[in-house]
Amino acid sequence: MAKEKVSEEKLKEMCHSCGIETVWQRYDAQDPHCGFGLLGLCCKNCNLGPCRIDPFEEGAQVGTCGADRDTIAARNLARHTAAGSACHSDHGREIARTLMLYGSGKASSYKIKSEEKLKKVASEYGIKIEGKKNEEIAAELGRAMLEDFGKQEEPPVFIKRAPAKQQKIWEKHNIVPKGIDRPIVETMSRTNMGVDNDYKNLMLGIMKTALADGWAGSMIATEASDILFGSPQALRAKVNLGVLKEDEVNILIHGHVPLLSDVVVTVSQSEEMLKLARENGAKGITVAGICCTANEILVRRGVPVAGNFLQQELAITTGAVEGMIVDLQCIMPGLVKVASCFHTKLFSTHPKAKFPGMEHIEFEEEKALEIARELVKRSIENFPNRDKARVNIPEESMDLIAGFTAENIFYYLGGKYRATYRPLNDAIISGRIRGVVGVVGCDNPKMQSGKSHIQMVKELIKHDVLVVQTGCSALACAKEGLLVPESAKKYAGRGLQEICETVGIPPVLHVGSCVDNTRILIACANMVKEGGIGEGIDELPIAGAAPEWMSEKAIAIGWYFVASGALVVFGSDMPVTGSANVMKYLTKDVEGIVGGKWAFEKDPVKGAHIIIKHIDKKRKALKLSAMMYDREKVKV
Amino acid sequence: MKKPIKGNIVIDADKCVACKTCELACSVAHSRSKDLVWAIYEKPISPPRIKVESTDEFVVPLQCRHCEDAPCIKICPTKAITRADRESPVLIDQGKCIGCKWCVLVCPFGVINMDKDGKFIIKCDLCFERLKQGEKPACVVSCPTHALQFKTVKEISKEKKKEYLINIKKGKKE
Repeated sequence: MAKEKVSEEKLKEMCHSCGIETVWQRYDAQDPHCGFGLLGLCCKNCNLGPCRIDPFEEGAQVGTCGADRDTIAARNLARHTAAGSACHSDHGREIARTLMLYGSGKASSYKIKSEEKLKKVASEYGIKIEGKKNEEIAAELGRAMLEDFGKQEEPPVFIKRAPAKQQKIWEKHNIVPKGIDRPIVETMSRTNMGVDNDYKNLMLGIMKTALADGWAGSMIATEASDILFGSPQALRAKVNLGVLKEDEVNILIHGHVPLLSDVVVTVSQSEEMLKLARENGAKGITVAGICCTANEILVRRGVPVAGNFLQQELAITTGAVEGMIVDLQCIMPGLVKVASCFHTKLFSTHPKAKFPGMEHIEFEEEKALEIARELVKRSIENFPNRDKARVNIPEESMDLIAGFTAENIFYYLGGKYRATYRPLNDAIISGRIRGVVGVVGCDNPKMQSGKSHIQMVKELIKHDVLVVQTGCSALACAKEGLLVPESAKKYAGRGLQEICETVGIPPVLHVGSCVDNTRILIACANMVKEGGIGEGIDELPIAGAAPEWMSEKAIAIGWYFVASGALVVFGSDMPVTGSANVMKYLTKDVEGIVGGKWAFEKDPVKGAHIIIKHIDKKRKALKLSAMMYDREKVKV
Repeated sequence: MKKPIKGNIVIDADKCVACKTCELACSVAHSRSKDLVWAIYEKPISPPRIKVESTDEFVVPLQCRHCEDAPCIKICPTKAITRADRESPVLIDQGKCIGCKWCVLVCPFGVINMDKDGKFIIKCDLCFERLKQGEKPACVVSCPTHALQFKTVKEISKEKKKEYLINIKKGKKE
């Protein structure tokens, strides 16, 4: 007889009472956090220090070198942005490199799954495609994308995808990135002791660095992944810890880059592995994802998602996970200790990301299938070690629709015969949809461990805002059941509900992983191109939010949206609040430069209303009609 | 050599930014090496006798108040906790301590603790050895926002009076 299922909350309690420490206990142990760190007033950039500025103005007001609070806060933020940009862009570099290797016949585990996108992107890069085989095009495109990283004088190719207005603004302020790596290196160099000390100039450098991520590094990751692994199509799948199966081998894939996860999925479905699973007493093999690599294999293959960032340890505490295969980014080193209490084997695979206590089986693009087979095999062979008495798979699982992209969304909105952005723009113009907002980013115990996303998104769709989501934010809302068409009737305002019901989409669209925030940039550019709602992204009734941001990558993402003209609302402050000048720059002055700006609001519902107010302001400036059903309310 | 000093640790909670610098300094002051970089590798590691605690409203460093009529002294069955005179710190003699934890229970501020291994009672000793050298307690010296200060009762009351008078003056002006 199957055991009674526990809830996720119960699972957390059980861990705690067994003395298994997870992220929540570790977070509590860190409380109170260092005030200087929180305020951004600590500088460790040279050995004159470390220096700190006394926010109460009794102690030191400048560092040993004389840097004041503005300089220190701005420099710290610049370094965070550079790290975030570097992380995503490096992800892009790996996919581009694999594309090149595949084209050169060195990565036979892969194939071109979207020929259409390969040819379209190759043409954008000025590569002649006539009469060439896909392999040749892939090799040339991969190489050309890699060249984008090292360019010294030219902007990366995708920069020209931005609306002309944005490009002009960037040129005017000299923040067009030259290459992708160069602005990151430049930020590291200008934040060195005694280089750039003007916080305003540092902010411009930050924006250049972030733009290199959004309009190049991350965008390359998205596009090259679409070429190699397929351009997503809307599909139905399942999310939450309940996707793990009691009678099957459960393999979790955690991390970000789909190069390995996609191949693991393929291998796990092979007859050879299924047979091995049966021989080891399991009925089958379930592969489920955690974090963004989950999103990558979800949107392209419908692979179930076990959980988002904060669930990575809980997944292991179900006692039902044979192997967790990780690559890089957002992988908690705390996993090792948690796994040591269970039979779960942890495998690190990336040469850049090793974890003491994990077994390292290094991934190579050239031998992807072989390595994936080894990882799956090792996980299956661990099934007999599972202690059935300790298996506690929570009951929660939910359906979601995922796989929307900047390319396919107009098919869903406009249908076969009107496959353009016109219906979306018209819905905005007519006041059925108030605007479009990207709610993205991490989940964080500092905020509400994922709940903030749900509260913000519900408030937005209630006010007829179409929400697009990526990353762990999308997964948080998916678990709540917001990413199915049925949620429109339950939660959306009347205008948005009508659109959703007419075309059969959810009011909250899952557009992929964190690098896929670039799909939102492209959608914004397409909305501008379609016309009628402004000449630039800064004029559109749109915004972005990361209610529970955690990673430096979120800072880079936030910045590339701000620099592209969007309002971005973060659910907790960035570590610069110790400098009134930098805060004023972020929340006010920057709008006069690039059109976008920052807002910080802890309460997700209040955050939603900051966004709604901003969208209404933009609608007014565009002289769009009042919201369709607001007008009716007035009549009544 | 400087003259020995006496006084109390006082806290301005509004100024505490929870950086925990005082905790680090306390650990270092009670370590063998007296050096942060080395102290963190010592065994047993030197635990802090001061702890930054938080409520939803504010954060504040807490340590032994060296009570005039100290309940811990009264309750200690082996007389391990003593004080030389009214102005001296409340100290514990680890040799006499049997680890019964009565002092932990009776302390109204929760600032008496056991060490990580449950072997020793840990409490603030007001850095009495530093005081002998004329140096203020390590936490006070380390506090970057001057939330922690070292003052005699006389100084405290004098400052309080001054503050009170200033407020009266302000009130008259307004």
